[in-house]
Order: sequence, then structure tokens, then C-alpha cells
Amino acid sequence: MNFDFSDDQKLLRDQARKFLFDKCDRKSVRTILDDDQLHYHKELWSQISEMGWTGTAIPEEYGGLGLGMLELCVIAEELGRSLAPTPFSSSIYLFAEFIKNYGSEDQKKKFLPLIASGEKIGTFALSETNGTPKPSNVKTEYSSEKINGYKSPVSDGETADYLIIAANSDNKGNRNSLSLYIIDLHQDGVSKTSLETIDPTRPACSIKFENVKAELLGEQGMAWDMTENIFNRAAVLYSFEQVGGAQVSLDEAKKYSMERFAFGRQIGSFQALKHKMADMYVKIELARSNAYYGAWALSTDSNELPVAAAGARVSASDAFNYAAKENIQIHGGVGFTWDYDCHLFYRRSKLLSLNIGSTRQWKENLISNLEKRNIV
Amino acid sequence: MDFNDSQQEAAFRKEARDFLEANAEKRSIISDKPNDKSPQIAVAGAPETVKGGKEAAQEALERAKVWQKKKAEAGFAAILWPKEFGGYGGSPIQQVIYSQEEHDYLVPSGYFEIGIGMLGPTMMVWGKDEDKKRYLPKMITGEEIWCQLFSEPSAGSDLAGIKMKAEKDGDEWVLNGQKVWTSGAHFADYGMIVARSDPSALKHKGLTYFYLDMKTPGIEVRPIKQISGTSNFNEVFFNDVRIPDSQRLGGEGEGWKVALTTLMNERLAVGDPPGLDFDQIFEATKELEVEDGLAIKNSEVRQKMADWYVQSRGLQYTKFRSITALSKGQTPGPELSISKLVTASKMQDVSAYALELMDSSGMVHHDQNPVLKNLFQNGYFFSAAMRIAGGTDEVLRNIIAERVLGLPQDERADKKVPFNELPSGKN
Ligand SMILES: Cc1cc2nc3c(=O)[nH]c(=O)nc-3n(C[C@H](O)[C@H](O)[C@H](O)COP(=O)(O)OP(=O)(O)OC[C@H]3O[C@@H](n4cnc5c(N)ncnc54)[C@H](O)[C@@H]3O)c2cc1C
Ligand SMILES: Cc1cc2nc3c(=O)[nH]c(=O)nc-3n(C[C@H](O)[C@H](O)[C@H](O)COP(=O)(O)OP(=O)(O)OC[C@H]3O[C@@H](n4cnc5c(N)ncnc54)[C@H](O)[C@@H]3O)c2cc1C
Repeated sequence: MNFDFSDDQKLLRDQARKFLFDKCDRKSVRTILDDDQLHYHKELWSQISEMGWTGTAIPEEYGGLGLGMLELCVIAEELGRSLAPTPFSSSIYLFAEFIKNYGSEDQKKKFLPLIASGEKIGTFALSETNGTPKPSNVKTEYSSEKINGYKSPVSDGETADYLIIAANSDNKGNRNSLSLYIIDLHQDGVSKTSLETIDPTRPACSIKFENVKAELLGEQGMAWDMTENIFNRAAVLYSFEQVGGAQVSLDEAKKYSMERFAFGRQIGSFQALKHKMADMYVKIELARSNAYYGAWALSTDSNELPVAAAGARVSASDAFNYAAKENIQIHGGVGFTWDYDCHLFYRRSKLLSLNIGSTRQWKENLISNLEKRNIV
Repeated sequence: MDFNDSQQEAAFRKEARDFLEANAEKRSIISDKPNDKSPQIAVAGAPETVKGGKEAAQEALERAKVWQKKKAEAGFAAILWPKEFGGYGGSPIQQVIYSQEEHDYLVPSGYFEIGIGMLGPTMMVWGKDEDKKRYLPKMITGEEIWCQLFSEPSAGSDLAGIKMKAEKDGDEWVLNGQKVWTSGAHFADYGMIVARSDPSALKHKGLTYFYLDMKTPGIEVRPIKQISGTSNFNEVFFNDVRIPDSQRLGGEGEGWKVALTTLMNERLAVGDPPGLDFDQIFEATKELEVEDGLAIKNSEVRQKMADWYVQSRGLQYTKFRSITALSKGQTPGPELSISKLVTASKMQDVSAYALELMDSSGMVHHDQNPVLKNLFQNGYFFSAAMRIAGGTDEVLRNIIAERVLGLPQDERADKKVPFNELPSGKN
């Protein structure tokens, strides 16, 4: 059994950690937090693109590094640890994966090199209304080669050059009437409205489409199936980001609790806090192990992926949400201030657990995939 | 990443599987035999609830001994022990592989783990050669069963607080006092005991460790009725019990060090008990009906099931991470320290929820339902013990906080004061 990352992958992790420690400190995260005009950290984005991170899992023939999904998992964990304010998840876990897995040869040649080099940014949007997205609440339409409709929230929509959306191609509002389309966002008929998010370092906007040109991605009528598969793939990567963020929340809670004194002792010596931190550790280790399993399924194209991805996602959301909220708690009053970093993790944890579907939705996915697996 | 065995691992796994296939019966997720006497849930020192009084218990014990002998003959009873004592002379990874395979079979458990898992290893470190030769082989074959006489009414989590008196008289020791919660003392042949040889010394300094024959005059074993209705643990009274100094393990006053050897092994011996986990409640929800149809179709049920699934598999994959380290010849990290803490509460929550799903028939603790049997009713009681035995939830959290995370130790009132000047409660 070899249920671990390789030495090369661990080396990549160490390098990524060191790099982000230098280039993506909290001050730079806050620059994005504090300024509504800034949607991502441009300098960081170009540096990580130059190093090839954006092309990690994109084949060399399309301008990527041609490494595997495991290497991408390693990078995801580090991005999560550092709270990197970049459109990495939208452009790489989603847009690039859609094109890589379902694009025509021409589409791969056209889009992947631009995404791999970081020169262009892509994203994906499904949701149009409040609540769980489902085929019947997708109203956006494709007809006479034009898209009309509306998507919201669109993560990284402000910065994105390209967008993949689900739209009705035959107007019936059921699963098989939905197809995926690629839209170049730099065209007339696209209007964006900024939205404030619970984590402004990960922005979103709404986008209205009026007679917008679009090209079909993958097979007609298969939007839902393709989206489920890409969400499963992305869920594993998200879970690594979440594990990374959870671990840092625990580390910072621990550090603070050793430095802060009350009642003549380190607050970290109170059992009420020690037990909280032990519980954080338990949840994080469970999440890390579930994420590893997801990574294995993802990297081997296993048919376990739907179950493994949902398991990783549910466990990681639980760990990060818990660690981030208890980190504030352990900090006491200062944890509620803008100046301390606790809220950066609190924001990020909730945002990550809502992006690509809520925890309750993923729990539902998990059980329905277990049922399907049992029937097979 | 892969889950493949190395060539040697695969060969060992085949050996284990062949032995099990030939000698034991496969376990189904939920046993469908209404009168199946094989244990479904058990941990070290607590054989599964055996209903039907003394005779049934005796029968279960005999069956367990027969099984243990076969397992020992095949070499699988003590994989980590050296060959000279009847062990397999194997590696930790082989132990893990065997346990993984045995997990799928209905085999007796709960009788021999304390000896083989904790007390034998203590004797290997601290015993004299002739002791090891005399006692270890029979521990493996199950011919002689051992119990652990540590806890007392006033000392459980705080084990070093024991009061059992050990007074030297020539080359004998005289023991007086009481032990409690001693699993299996009613069928054990031998026991290992920690006692206080010097009450005026500091708490951890005045202890001495012995082994003894449970038939030594002056020992009285009284079974304690547990909340499960059965009796697996006991009170053990010592009245002028005389044992020779040759039965001492470690030096006079060194008992705490010896006890730590036992306790370190306890963490490894208390494994995950098979038989009540996600898979069992998943099966149950496919049969039980709630207000809107089958339980598995109900969205609240599905949400809860997902939580237990990720705990269950999260633990399994955590174990895989440790096994990976072992199979590379490295020491696993501290990640396995979460195992019992998660398992025990999960079992309690799963059991209680399964009873909820049965609605009022959940009240019935009776072999009526041929499919679900009493699995969840038994689990409801048994899990309460699991959260206490082998380190309580709270003590395990302290250990994670202090030893894994490096948080400050609790402030203690008992560090610098002679034992006989320490405050104590009504016990
Ligand atoms: C929104 C807000 C408004 C406030 N308004 C006011 C106000 O108007 N006037 C005012 O005077 N104050 C105010 N406070 C301060 C508030 O009373 C303190 O924040 C609170 O008492 C906690 O103290 P602390 O922040 O110093 O945290 P600490 O006392 O340092 O606590 C840090 C952590 O240690 C834990 N801890 C501390 N001691 C123990 C112990 N003995 N056992 C176990 N755990 C322990 C705490 O529970 C916490 O998790 C306000 C705070 C907030 C968040
Ligand atoms: C089924 C079963 C089988 C057993 N078998 C054996 C056996 O074979 N041999 C043997 O020697 N013993 C055995 N035990 C005893 C077991 O080791 C003790 O019950 C256990 O260590 C707890 O001790 P206690 O019962 O004295 O509880 P206490 O130590 O009195 O604990 C009471 C409560 O206080 C909490 N507590 C205590 N100290 C702390 C602390 N420092 N911080 C926070 N909370 C604390 C505990 O977590 C618990 O909730 C068995 C117990 C059970 C339930």
C-alpha cells in the first residue's frame, strides 16, 4: 500500500509553501479584502502562472506542465493555507477541466494554452436563483446561435475572459434539454454587476446575456452529466484547499492560546480550549484522509470518484467550518476585530463550502452515489 | 498512490485468507441468523454480551479457546511476537493485514487481547527469561487467560492514584486492597497488578508491579452487573494475598514505568470492533420505514448518514496512511490517536439513531426482528462503555491536546507532594 504523496510531490509542496509564505502574506490578502476595485492579486497570479502552477494538470501539447491531478491537489492545499486571492479554482479546477475533459480538439488548442499560461481566465456558472440549482430553474436559453439570460453568482466573473454556462437548448427545462456553452465575455450584450460576497478576496458578480454569441461544449443535452463529473473533480481539489485552511486555523488558534494569559495561566491550558483544539485536530485528520482518498480516485480515474469526491468534500467542509469558527472563539474579543486574521479564515471557510454546491447538497450526492454503487 | 500489496504482503495476505476461509465463517453486514452466538461487537476484555447465564458464557469461552488454539497453531495469534514464544516473528504491517482479513469473519473476540496485546508485551520487556518461557506460549494459545488489575475505586483515569497496599515480608509481598472494573477476572488464570509499596513517596514513585495467579489464596472475584445486564468486569478483593518477590516485574518503586509499558500497548490493543458502523445502519435504513417511506429515502436520514460515512471512511483511510508509513518501515504519525475517540461516539450515535428509526419498536430488546436482531440495542449500551474503557473521551482529548498539539499540561495538585498527604475524595 502506498497511500501517500511521492517525495517529488512533497518537494513541490514545500516549494509552494515557501513561495506563498513569501509572496502571499496576510498583507497582500488584505489588499484585496480592503479594496472593492481589486478582484484578485494580479502580481501573485502572474508569478504562479510563470511557475506553471496554472498548467500543472494541463497536457504539454496544450501548453501545460503535463503533471497529474495529484500535483494539483498539492498546490490546492497550499493555496488554501495561504488564502491566495486568485481565480485559480474557477479557471483551473473548473474552466480548464471542462475544456480538457469535454472540449473538441480545436477548443482545447484554442483555450488551454491561454489558461495554462495564466494569460486568460475562465470560470463556470450554473446558478440563476437562490437555492439548490436544478434543471428546472435554469432559464437561460440558447436559440438561433445566441444566448439570452442571466447567471448569478458567477465566481470571478469580473476578472474572467471566458465563461462556461448551462443553458436550455430546446426550451424544456429538464435535465436533457440543457447544454454547455463557452462564452467570450468581451463582447456586446454581456453586462456584469459586482456582488459583495462574504469573502471579498473571492469575488463574484452577476452577468446578464443579451443575444450573446456562444459555442457548444461537449454533447448537446449533456450539461448536467458533464457538470456533475467536473464538480466531482473540483470537489477533491476544493477539499484540499479546505484542509489547508483548516490546518492553519488550528495552528493559529494554538499559537494564540499559548501566548494569551487569563486567570494567571496560558488560556491554552484550559481544558475547554484544549478539547476544542483536539476536536479540530480530529476533524482535520479525518478530512485529510478523506481528501487523500479523493485524490487517489481523481488521479486514477476510478469509478469510485463520485463517492470519494463527495466524502472528501463533506469532511473538508466540516473540518474547515469548525476550525475557522472555533479559532475566532479561542481568540475572544480580538477574534471579532478586522485587524486579527481570524475572520479571513471564517469568511473563506464558508465561501468554499458553498461554492460548487453546499454541504447539504454534497451529503445528498454522497448517499445517492452510495445507493447507485450498491445497485451496480 | 495505490492500495496494492507488495509481493511479500500479498503472499502473507493469501496465507491469512486461506487460514480464515478454512477455519471461520464469513460475516455478513448484519447477521441474519437469529440465534447466532458469535460475537458481533466486542473490544479487548469485554466479550460480547452473552445472554443465557453462566452456562452460555462458559460455552462461549470454550469456543473461543478452541478458536484461539487453531489461530495460534497457524501462527496468527501473536504475529508481532518472537518465534521462540510461539509468535509469528512478523512485522506491524503483517499484523495489520491479518486484522483486516479477520475483520470479515465471525470469530470470537474479547478474551485474549488484554494478554496478547498488553500484558505479554510488558512481560517481554520486564520479565525474567524463565517467566517468559513459562507464561508467554500459553498466553498465545489461549490455554491461560490474563487480566489487568489496574483500576481501583479511587483511581481510573488517574491510575497512579491507586491505593492497593504491597508490603514486603522477607522475600514475599503481602497485598491488601481492592481492584475494580477488572475485565475477565472471573475467567482469568493470571493477572498483572500495580500496587503501592511506599505511600510516603511521591505518587508516581511509590508503585511496584507484579504478576500473580488468580487462584492465590486471599483473592476474591465478584462480578459486577453492567448496564448491559451482563457481567464482564469484576471487583477483585485482596486479603493478605502473599506472592513471592520473584513475581515482581521491574524494580521496587518502578511500577509506574512498567505500567506505562502496558498502557502504551493498550492504545494498540483496543482496536476497532467490527459490527456496528455506517454499513450496518445503511443496511437498516433500507428496511426500516419512516413516515414518508423507506428511511433511506428520507432527507434527514441521508444527511446524518453522510456524516457517519465520512467519519467511518475517514478513520479507515487514516489507518491506510499509518499502514503506508509502516510498510515503508517508518513510524506512523500521531494520526491514529483519533481512532477510539471517533469510533466510540459514532457507535453510540449510530445505535441511538437506529433505535429512533425503529420508532416505538426500538424499545424492544429482544431477538424478534430476524434481520436487525439486537445489534443496535446492544450497541446502545456497549458504546457507553467504549467511551470510558481504555482511556475516556476526555483523557484522549487531553492526550491529543498535550502530546500531539503540544498544548500546556493541566495544572496539577499531585506532583510534588507525598502520596499520603494528597487530598482524596470519598473513595
Ligand atoms: C461585540 C463585542 C462587544 C463588546 N462590548 C464590550 C463593552 O461594551 N464593554 C466591555 O467592557 N467589554 C466589551 N466586550 C469585551 C468582552 O466582554 C470580552 O471580549 C470577553 O469578556 C472575553 O474576553 P477577551 O476578549 O479578553 O478574551 P479572553 O478572556 O482572552 O478569552 C480568550 C479565550 O479563552 C477562553 N477563556 C478565558 N478564560 C477561560 C477560563 N477560565 N476557562 C475556559 N476558557 C477560558 C475564552 O472563553 C476565549 O475562548 C465586547 C466584546 C465583543 C466581542
Ligand atoms: C467496560 C470496561 C472495561 C474495563 N476493563 C478494565 C480492566 O480490565 N482493567 C482495568 O484496570 N480497568 C478496566 N476498566 C477501567 C477503566 O480503565 C476506567 O474506567 C477508566 O480509566 C476511567 O476511570 P474511572 O472509571 O475511575 O473514571 P474517572 O477517572 O473517575 O473519570 C470520571 C470522569 O472524569 C473525567 N476525568 C477524569 N480525569 C480527567 C481529566 N484529567 N481531565 C478531564 N476529565 C477527566 C473522565 O473522563 C470521566 O468522564 C474498564 C472500564 C470499562 C468501562
